[in-house]
Amino acid sequence: MERIPILKMGDYLLVTIQVDMHDRLALTLQDDLTEGIARTRARGVLIDISSLEIVDSFIGRMLGNIAAMSRVLDAETVVVGMRPAVAITLVELGLSLPGVRTALNVEQGMRLLQGARAEQENVNGRGER
Amino acid sequence: MNQQAKSLIPDKTRIPEMIAKRESDLLADWIREQLAAVTLRSDLMRESELREQSREFLNLMIRAASQQPSLNDIGAPAWQEAREFLSGISRSRAHQGFTPSETATFIFSLKQPLFSLMRQELEGDPRRLADEMWVATALLDKLGLFTTEAYQKGREEVIRRQQQELLELSTPVVVLWEGILALPLIGTLDSARTQVVMESLLQKIVETGASIAIIDITGVPTVDTLVAQHLLKTVSAARLMGADCIISGIRPQIAQTIVHLGVNLTDVITKSSLADAFAVALRRAKKVITSAENQG
Repeated sequence: MERIPILKMGDYLLVTIQVDMHDRLALTLQDDLTEGIARTRARGVLIDISSLEIVDSFIGRMLGNIAAMSRVLDAETVVVGMRPAVAITLVELGLSLPGVRTALNVEQGMRLLQGARAEQENVNGRGER
Repeated sequence: MNQQAKSLIPDKTRIPEMIAKRESDLLADWIREQLAAVTLRSDLMRESELREQSREFLNLMIRAASQQPSLNDIGAPAWQEAREFLSGISRSRAHQGFTPSETATFIFSLKQPLFSLMRQELEGDPRRLADEMWVATALLDKLGLFTTEAYQKGREEVIRRQQQELLELSTPVVVLWEGILALPLIGTLDSARTQVVMESLLQKIVETGASIAIIDITGVPTVDTLVAQHLLKTVSAARLMGADCIISGIRPQIAQTIVHLGVNLTDVITKSSLADAFAVALRRAKKVITSAENQG
């Protein structure tokens, strides 16, 4: 069955969506990703959707769900490289993904994840002391 | 009613035949009529051009009439050329600044010359004359209406083009600094314009890799719920792409309106002036501007 590869990079998981998402693929990704976070104890997930040209409300909702699930598993999610047309479509669908962090490209997304982690460690550190 | 109307139309009119026979007389009369009309615009059109157009149209009309002798349907293929010619004239007149009546006079001024010609030709047969009159009136009315319609279309084309140009002109996206974009909005925001604004902003974000965009609404006269919603949509779309938006240039009056309308702008950074917004943007981009004096 078709699967979207999930790459591990240090403490982060990297997902690059390069095919058109259909519903089952999205659900498989959701399963794989949550499992992957739990297994690798990843602290962040970066989803690159720069080659994604078509989204529907289901895929949009799934992105939001993945972010929410990751947060429950103590990992931040960043969605990077959304195309203008996709962004407009999601907004028109009423899905502005309030819980999801976004960045222009993978580089900025990575920086955002690292920043978020550093912030969190600061907070935790202070809490422990 | 229908029965009656039908009976007025003779099976075969003699109009094409009459026109063809006395074409030059008719043309001369027609041009005289047009030149004498109050709606003549000698400032917009030369007399020679008018003569040329009249001659050509009469020719086309005769040709069309010979192919479709009952003259009751100007939508028929036989009238194709005449129609095209007529709409060409109407459109160019619309662009030149003629009024609709001045344009339609081109056709309607043909009535009198044609009627007097028919009277001369059908002198001894009043019944026939009346029937033929009806055919001619119906035909010329249809052509006249067609002219007006084509004129209207020409005008609408002009308006549409201007609207498009205005739309493109009114949405510049400016690069203020590396990674900072500004979008000064001027004029009323409606759905169509917001769409263009949103698209050009997002496109520019992709092109420049900017992470902050300042939307300046100093030039937007009123902000109602719809406009606010459009703004919020733009901000959300930019955020989805990974760029933050700051809305600046909110005048006191507009701030009051926004609050009275209950529009929720709490998720958006708002500043009263573009300068303030720019300062925030620079801080976000980790850039500092220092005075040259202090450095020395």
